[in-house]
Amino acid sequence: MKVPEELSYTKEHEWIRAADNEATIGITDFAQSQLGDIIFLELPEIGDKVVAGESFGEIEAVKTVSELYSPVNGVVTSVNENLEDSPDNINLDSYGTGWILKVKFEDSLESYDLLDNKAYQSLIG
Amino acid sequence: MNDQMKKTELFDYHNSNSKNIISFSGYALPVFYKSILDEHHAVRKSAGLFDVSHMGQIIVSGASAEKFIQTVTTNDVSKIMSGQAQYSTICNNDGCIIDDIIVYKLHNGFMLVVNASGIEKKYNWLKSKLFDGVSIENKSSDFSMIALQGPKSKRIIQSIINNEITKLKFYSFIENIGCLGHDILLSRTGYTGELGFEIYCKHDAVKTIWNYILENFGKDGVLAAGLGARDTLRLEMGYLLYGNDINIDIHPFKAGLGWITSLEKGDFIGRKEIILKRDDEESNLVYFEMLEKSIPRPGFDIIVNDKVVGFVTSGTISPSLNKGIGIAYVDKLHSNKGTELSVKIRNKLKSAIVVKAPFYSNGTLSD
Repeated sequence: MKVPEELSYTKEHEWIRAADNEATIGITDFAQSQLGDIIFLELPEIGDKVVAGESFGEIEAVKTVSELYSPVNGVVTSVNENLEDSPDNINLDSYGTGWILKVKFEDSLESYDLLDNKAYQSLIG
Repeated sequence: MNDQMKKTELFDYHNSNSKNIISFSGYALPVFYKSILDEHHAVRKSAGLFDVSHMGQIIVSGASAEKFIQTVTTNDVSKIMSGQAQYSTICNNDGCIIDDIIVYKLHNGFMLVVNASGIEKKYNWLKSKLFDGVSIENKSSDFSMIALQGPKSKRIIQSIINNEITKLKFYSFIENIGCLGHDILLSRTGYTGELGFEIYCKHDAVKTIWNYILENFGKDGVLAAGLGARDTLRLEMGYLLYGNDINIDIHPFKAGLGWITSLEKGDFIGRKEIILKRDDEESNLVYFEMLEKSIPRPGFDIIVNDKVVGFVTSGTISPSLNKGIGIAYVDKLHSNKGTELSVKIRNKLKSAIVVKAPFYSNGTLSD
């Protein structure tokens, strides 16, 4: 199971990659492997607010539906539109073409309750 | 995965090939190996191999065995001959469904194939209804059971057994035939809507047959398939799942199972109550498909004019049709084909329409 070193993680299996005050958010390789084939996402729109620890959308696999939780407080700046036609990008490349949202976030990343790669790795065992 | 789960003979295969093993009626079985969608499409286009060893087998024998089956099941078993099988239900004195089953008329007695949950309880219930000239035996732990389902299944099965099966019809079976050096019962039955077979065998045979099929026919697109694909395939056909769509509070007519409930065959357990309830029922089982891109799930409310008129019992994306499909109980007023409904999906109303089953009608069932 891939857990890239440079990313931060939530206990709910999202990853976040920050550059200045914009961050890209997705779900982890572990999460996609547990969900199985992803077929549908319900996502916010550009300009919508997201709140750390709160749901910003839903991800549907064939058998299950799961909430998506924001790692940070911020405003949505971009939504991965390719996922509408090809949600399987999350299964194929959850840290790359399977990214879900970009947000302009408040405060520093360190101020949020996030896990580093080692802590996340031990969470998933 | 926890230690209390019962393991089938094929557990090692599941455990090394799937990261998604769950407890299904107490058995450790895979939701999928690599992908539900791939496994689903393999069954529709080639063939898929399922471990269904969790199913239970109860043998009924004796001079009055047929009379006993007539008493404890709803369908008319006198209509089948030796070598044929029949879909039926067992109902209690209230006319409600204890289980949906398949009755096999063996050359010497009957085999009832029951769902995995509460086998012991169902067996004890049946035992309490015994009369002179009948004996029953719970053989569930003696058998392994696998299903090969899909258009290529007949050619594959033909190549591994000694008997000729070109004339074997849907819901027919052959006892005691040789398969890769083992003795099996081969049945042309299944839960997918495709041409398919189920193999009942001893535990020491199942790994050989399972591995042989996957190793030799993987090149033809045959895949091992898990519970997830089993569910999407059966739902596309509108087949019911005990525990979801039917249960101990529901009588056969309410669930659309009047066709396996023979009120003419004479008395049977539950008959009187079934007749009373049939004409006095406020809601019915319906099949519906989504008109919007959205997926119904069990427990979601069905809404008409801001009023809750029913609830979903099974729902999924249909991988073959690429839309949401489901089964629900809905007030009779709104259960006719063509009726528009809404499904409340996480606080949003999504439109749906009542349709007839099956959702998917291009299966190879009768090839």
